[in-house]
Amino acid sequence: MKPTWRPGRWLIILPPLIFLTVFFLIPFAFAFKISFAEAAPHVPPFTDVFSFTPDHHLQLALSLGNYRYLLTDEVYGVAYLYSLRTAFFSTLICLAIGYPMAYAIARSPRSAQGLLLLIIMLPFWTSFLLRVYALEGIIRDNGFLNTALLHLGLISHPLRIMRTSLAVYIGIVYSYLPFMVLPLFATLEKLDPLLLEAAEDLGSTPRRAFVDITLPLSLPGVIAGSMLVFIPAVGEFVIPSLLGGPNTLMIGRVLWDEFFGNHDWPVASAVAIGFLLLLAGPIAIYQYYNVRQLEA
Amino acid sequence: MERRSSTALLSVLFFGIALLYLPILVLIGYSFNASPLVNVWGGFSTAWYGELLHNRQLLQAALLSLEVALTASTGAVLLGTLAAIALVRFARFRGRLLLTGMVNAPLVMPEIITGITQLLLFVSMVQLFSWPHRGFTTIVLSHITFCTAYVTITVQSRLQAADRSLEEAAMDLGASPTRAFLEVTLPIISPAIISSWLLSFTLSLDDLVISSFVAGPGASTLPMVIYSKVKLGVSPDINALASLIVCAVGACVIAAGYLMTRADRRRTREAQLAGH
Repeated sequence: MKPTWRPGRWLIILPPLIFLTVFFLIPFAFAFKISFAEAAPHVPPFTDVFSFTPDHHLQLALSLGNYRYLLTDEVYGVAYLYSLRTAFFSTLICLAIGYPMAYAIARSPRSAQGLLLLIIMLPFWTSFLLRVYALEGIIRDNGFLNTALLHLGLISHPLRIMRTSLAVYIGIVYSYLPFMVLPLFATLEKLDPLLLEAAEDLGSTPRRAFVDITLPLSLPGVIAGSMLVFIPAVGEFVIPSLLGGPNTLMIGRVLWDEFFGNHDWPVASAVAIGFLLLLAGPIAIYQYYNVRQLEA
Repeated sequence: MERRSSTALLSVLFFGIALLYLPILVLIGYSFNASPLVNVWGGFSTAWYGELLHNRQLLQAALLSLEVALTASTGAVLLGTLAAIALVRFARFRGRLLLTGMVNAPLVMPEIITGITQLLLFVSMVQLFSWPHRGFTTIVLSHITFCTAYVTITVQSRLQAADRSLEEAAMDLGASPTRAFLEVTLPIISPAIISSWLLSFTLSLDDLVISSFVAGPGASTLPMVIYSKVKLGVSPDINALASLIVCAVGACVIAAGYLMTRADRRRTREAQLAGH
């Protein structure tokens, strides 16, 4: 079907298209440009990449120094790897807890599903920052967990969780769990129970039926949920900053410090661009599955 | 899929739910602790709540955050609903793939990247057009950007599920396409529009990272003030503030959810009665 020319359509399409292009897409171009500038002590604090010479020639002052710095200074490589590793294992833990949760909700009576989903979603609606802060009350040395364990006599010294990598893992799993459960529930709910019954009628054990039918059919949900956890977790700033210690150098924190601590905007831009390249693969996978799911 | 669950499955579900709620409950408990020391229970007190009213810095930041959230969520609902209509109703148009990408990417894009890139856009815009100055305007513009994504996704799925034949019936009865949409489909998708407005409002109220980048030196939103306080350690008045916010938002979400489910049920019943 050939799209017909109707000017009214563009009144609907253009406002969001233009707004998002200007305020979401074009900013990346500016970050890319400024990643080739150099820090300078004026406002804004970087040199011009493009400038005009007195005789009206365009002058290009590209500096690759920021990227060279990124490759040579160990901090960045270590932080990128540490972020990827932390996000990867947090995603696996979320999957291990979130899958049975989504499965149990999908199997509960329809009348209870809405309530259970609301219970899962409610923390997502309430403040992320405050929930991370609330977690500190549980895991700090004299917090709820240690007090309870000491009272029960299970431990004799408080466990050191705050300011360690473990605290960051707990923080990410706690904060991102709803993002794992929801897409998983969405795919598991659509699963036809007749398929499982047919498999059982044909002699397959429930375990076998789960592995052969449920698991493969829920794969889109697994991928969507994993990406919704993994990608933001790699760039997480609040959790490592509030719960982590000096060793939990995640890339989000490095970027923040580069920007707010060192006021080096060009290096911060280069860190962001490098980071974005690193995430291009996962984001493309997420988009691909999203588009496919919407068309299905 | 509706089948019986084993006890093992149910226990994981309840463990997960307990994990989500325990920290908030403990925090609310601490907020009533009379002692300023976090590890000592000094008896029940509401003193920290009273103290909030005298903290001018917090009140000012809360006011700014509310203004930003109201403006940004309204803007995002307008843009996001338009984007959802475009994506669901117009099968092919130039820029469709671009629009799909731009409404999905902000959902997963780490905030720290969105924050720094938008700040660089704003300072470059100031150099070119002397607008926008960092503060309220830039915070609102960046909040609209990420909230629009959430609105589009929510409204889009609702619009896809909406029965197109009702609108066609209205057009057969002589309504113009615009009027048919406004009078038939808009009421059907209005729960999604309302809930996405609420979601945008709470997301905007909560945002720390993006606001920190784009706010500039003069403006501080509530999360920025809270962050700088809790960075120094646990503080009892923040416990009280956090409990207030969490309970207020929770109550609003539950009330909205209840009202919308009820409206939905009524509409389904009416449709059934109408022999649909």
